[in-house]
Amino acid sequence: MTDWPILSTVTFLPLVGALLILFIQDDNELARRNIRNVALMTTVFTFVVSLWIWGEFDYETTGFQFVEQAEWLGTGITYHMGVDGISMLFVILTTFLMPLCVLASFESVKSRVKEYMIAFLVLETLVIGVFCALDLILFYIFFEGGLIPMFLIIGVWGGKRRIYASYKFFLYTFLGSVLMLVAMMAMYWNAGTTSIPELLAHDFPASMQPWLWFAFFASFAVKMPMWPVHTWLPDAHVEAPTAGSVILAGILLKLGGYGFLRFSLPMFPIASADFAPLVYTLSVIAIIYTSLVALMQEDIKKLIAYSSVAHMGFVTMGIFAANAQGVQGAIFQMLSHGLISGALFLCVGVVYDRMHTREIAAYGGLVNRMPKYAVAMLIFTMANVGLPGTSGFVGEFLTMMGVFQVNSWVAIFAATGVILSAAYALWLYRRVVFGALEKESLRSILDLSRREKAMLYPLIVLVIFFGVYPMPVFDVTAASVDHLLNTYNAGLEAASSSVAEAN
Amino acid sequence: MVSDMLSSSLWIVGPELILAVGAMVLLMIGVFKGEKSAQLVTSLAVALLIIALLWLVFIAPQGVAFGGSILSDSFASFMKVLVLIGSAAAVVMSAGYAESERFNRFEFPVLIVLSTLGMMVMVSAGDLITLYLGLELQSLAIYVLAAINRDSVRSTEAGLKYFVLGALSSGMLLYGASMVYGFTGQIELTAIAASLAEGERSLGLIVGLVFVLAGLAFKISAVPFHMWTPDVYEGAPTPITALLAGAPKVAAMALIVRFAMEGFQPVAIDWQQVIVFISIASMAFGAFAAIGQKSIKRLMAYSSIGHMGYALVGLAAANVEGVRGVALYMAIYLATTLGTFAVILSMRREDGPVDQIEDLSGLSRTNPVMATFLTIMMLSLAGLPPLAGFFAKYFVFMAAVESGLFALAVIGVLASVVALYYYLRIVKLMWFDDQAKPFLPAPIELRVVLWVAGLFVFPVYLFVGGPVFAAASAAAQSFF
Repeated sequence: MTDWPILSTVTFLPLVGALLILFIQDDNELARRNIRNVALMTTVFTFVVSLWIWGEFDYETTGFQFVEQAEWLGTGITYHMGVDGISMLFVILTTFLMPLCVLASFESVKSRVKEYMIAFLVLETLVIGVFCALDLILFYIFFEGGLIPMFLIIGVWGGKRRIYASYKFFLYTFLGSVLMLVAMMAMYWNAGTTSIPELLAHDFPASMQPWLWFAFFASFAVKMPMWPVHTWLPDAHVEAPTAGSVILAGILLKLGGYGFLRFSLPMFPIASADFAPLVYTLSVIAIIYTSLVALMQEDIKKLIAYSSVAHMGFVTMGIFAANAQGVQGAIFQMLSHGLISGALFLCVGVVYDRMHTREIAAYGGLVNRMPKYAVAMLIFTMANVGLPGTSGFVGEFLTMMGVFQVNSWVAIFAATGVILSAAYALWLYRRVVFGALEKESLRSILDLSRREKAMLYPLIVLVIFFGVYPMPVFDVTAASVDHLLNTYNAGLEAASSSVAEAN
Repeated sequence: MVSDMLSSSLWIVGPELILAVGAMVLLMIGVFKGEKSAQLVTSLAVALLIIALLWLVFIAPQGVAFGGSILSDSFASFMKVLVLIGSAAAVVMSAGYAESERFNRFEFPVLIVLSTLGMMVMVSAGDLITLYLGLELQSLAIYVLAAINRDSVRSTEAGLKYFVLGALSSGMLLYGASMVYGFTGQIELTAIAASLAEGERSLGLIVGLVFVLAGLAFKISAVPFHMWTPDVYEGAPTPITALLAGAPKVAAMALIVRFAMEGFQPVAIDWQQVIVFISIASMAFGAFAAIGQKSIKRLMAYSSIGHMGYALVGLAAANVEGVRGVALYMAIYLATTLGTFAVILSMRREDGPVDQIEDLSGLSRTNPVMATFLTIMMLSLAGLPPLAGFFAKYFVFMAAVESGLFALAVIGVLASVVALYYYLRIVKLMWFDDQAKPFLPAPIELRVVLWVAGLFVFPVYLFVGGPVFAAASAAAQSFF
C-alpha cells in the first residue's frame, strides 16, 4: 500500500464529492438533505483516509514523506506532493474541522445549499493542497485558488456587509500574494528549480534575501494576519457564515504561519535573523493592541476575530525566535488555536442560529436555559485564555519560553497579552452566559441539539487531551523542526564565516 | 528551376491560397444567389477556415517562400492556428446574431475571411512590404465590418473612427518603414538584422523603428494609441467586437514580435524601452479606466488594452522565454475572450440585445451554467490560479524577471490587483446581487463556443497545458 498516492487521494477526495453534488438537483427539501449528507460523508471519509497518513507517518525521518512527483506544465511547474512533520498535522486539522463545518451549516444555510457545499469541498481540496505542495508554483496555485471559494462563501452567504467584507478579503490577500509570486520567479531563476526540497538546500545570495523575504512576508503577514494588515480579518469573520469563520480562523490563518516555517525561515535565514526584531515588534503590538481592541467590541464574532489576531502574534513571535521551543510552540499554538477558535465560532453559531444576532448586549444569563452550552463555552473560553490543562496553555507558554531566550523584553510584553486575553474572554463569558436571564426573547432558548453536541464535544475532548498530554503533536514535529533549525543555523553560520573571510 | 521555386512557395502559402480563392468563390455565390445565401456563405466560410486550419496543422509547410517575403516557421504556424480559431469562432457566433438583428448579408463572412487572410499574411510577413500588405488587407476588411450595420449611427461612427485613426497609424508605419529602408537599404527583416549586427545604429533608423512600433501599437491598441478601442468595441456589431478582440490582436501581436525579434534583435536595447513604456502604460491604464465602465463591451475594450500590456511584458524581456510567454499569453487570452463574448452575445431579452453590466445581475440564479463560465472567464482574465489566465501571466512575468526587469514585473502584478477589482465586480453582480430579468435561452452555437472555451480555461488547460507549452516553446525557438 505504500505506493498508493495517499496525499493526492486525500487532496482530491473532496473534489469527487463536489462533482457528485453537482449532479444532484437542488429543488426540494429531500434533495437538499441529500446534498448535505453527501457533503458530510465526503468530509468524514476524507478525514478517515487522512488518518492513514498519520498512521503510516515515520517520526524519525526529517525529509518529506509520501512523495509524489510528475511532470506537469513545463518549465519548473511539476506536480510534486509530500508532507513532513510540520505540514502533516495541518492536513489532519483541515480534514478534522471540515466535517464540523458541514455540520454547522446543516440548518443555518438554507438557500443555495448545492453551491455552498460545492464551494466548501473545493476549498477543502485547495487548502489540503497548500499543505502538501512541494513545488513553489503548485503551492501558489493552491494558496491563491482558495481565495475564490472563500470569496463566494463570504459574498453569497454572508451577513449585511458581506460585499464589502468579501472584496476586502480578496483584494488584501491578493495584493500580498502577487508580490510573493514575483519573488518566486526570481527564486526560480536563481536556483533553477521550483522544487521546495531543492530550494531548501539552496543558498540564496545574501543580497537577494531581504527582497525575497519581504515579498513572502507581504503575503504571509496579510494571511496571518499581523498588525497592521489585519483589518480585513474582523470584517471577513463577522460577515462570513459560521462555517466560513471556522475555516478562516481554524485553517486559512495557519497558511501564513505555515508559509513562514516552510519558506521564510529555512530559505532566507540571514534575512529572517536580520528582520526578527521587526517581527517581534509587530507581534507584540498585535498581542497588546488587538487585545485592547477586543475588550471594546460589541459583536461576539468581532471579539473572537481580534483575539485571533492576538494569538497569531504569539505564533509569529515563536517562529522567529528560531529555537526549538519557539518553533514547536508556534506549531502547537497554531493547531490548538485551530481547534479553539473554530470551537468558539461554532459556539457563536449555536446562539446565532437561535437568536439571529451577534450583539453581546442581546444575550445574558444563558446558563439558566443552556447549561450544556455554558459548560462547553466555558472550556473553550478558558482554553482561549490559556489556562493550564488546556491546549491553549502549551502553545503560549512554549512560544514565550522560546522568545525569552532571545529577547526577554518581548516575552515580558507578550505576557501582558495573556492577562488582557483573560480580561476580554472572561468579560465576554460573563456578559453572555452568566447573570440573570432578563431578556424576554431568551426565555425559550433551547440547549444544544444532538447535531451541535456532535460538533462541540469532540473539540472539548481534544482541547483538554492536548492540554494534558501534548506529546502526540511534538512526536510528529520534533524531527522536522530540528532539521529546520539546523538548516537555519547552518545558513547563518555560512553567512557569518563568509563575512569573516571577507574581513 | 523557377517553376520549382514557385511551386514550393505556393505549397507553403497553401492555407492563404485556400482563403483567398475561397473568399472569391464565396463572393460569387453571394452575388449570384443574393441575400438569401447568407446562411450558406456563413457555413462555407467556417468550412474554409477549418480546412485552412487542418492544412496548417497536418501538412504544416515550413520554410521561406517568394524569396523571403513570406516566412513560414513554427511561430507563424502557432499564431496562424490561433488566428484561424479566433476568426472561425467569430463567424460561428455571428450566425444567430445576424439573423435576429436582420442584417444577414453574405458580405459579412466573406469580409471576415478576407480579413483573416490579411492576418495570416501579417503573421508570416518576412519583409516590410508584405507586412504592410497584410496589415492593410486585414484593416480594410475590418473597417467595413465595423460599419456593416449601416443603418445604425453608432456602427457607422465606429467604422469611420476606426478608419480615420487606422489610416493615420498606417501612415506612421509607412513613414517608419521608409526610414528603416533608407538607413539600412534593406526591406527584408533578416537582412535588416544582418546589417544592424555589423553597422552602428544611426538616429534615423531609431526614428524609423519608433514610428513602425507606433503604427503596430495602434493595431494592438496599446496605450498611448488606444483611443479608438472603446468606441469601436462599443459601436461595432457585437460579433465584430468578438472578432476584433481576438484574431486581429493575435495577428498584430505576432507581427510586432516578429518585427522586433526577427528584424531588430541587434538593437533590442533601443526598442525594449519603448515596449516597457507602452506595456506599463497599457497595464495601468487598462486597469484604472475599466473600473468606471457600465457597458460590458467597453469594459472588455479596456480589459483588452490591459491584456496587450501584459503580453508586451514578454516581448520587453526580449528573450526566448519572453516570446514563448507572448505566444502562450495570446493563446489563453484568445480562448478567454471568445468565451466571454459568447456570454455577451447571449445577453438578449425579448426587446433585443443588452450590453450593460447591470444586466448580468443575479445571473447565477437565472442561468447558473453561464454564470459559472463567465466567473471562470473573469477570474482567468484577472490571472487567478488555477485558471489558465494565471499561467499566461506567470510565463510573461517570469521572462521579465529573468531579464532583470523587476520594476516592470512588480508594476504588472500590482496592476493586476487593480484589474481584479473590476473583474470581481462582474462576479459580484452575478452571484451576490438580486436577479434581473432572465435572458432568452442562448442559441446552440454560442453555447458550444462557451462550453469549449470555458472548459479549456478550466479545467482542461490543467491537463493539456504541457503540450500547449511545448508548442509555444517550439514557436519561440524560431527566432533563436
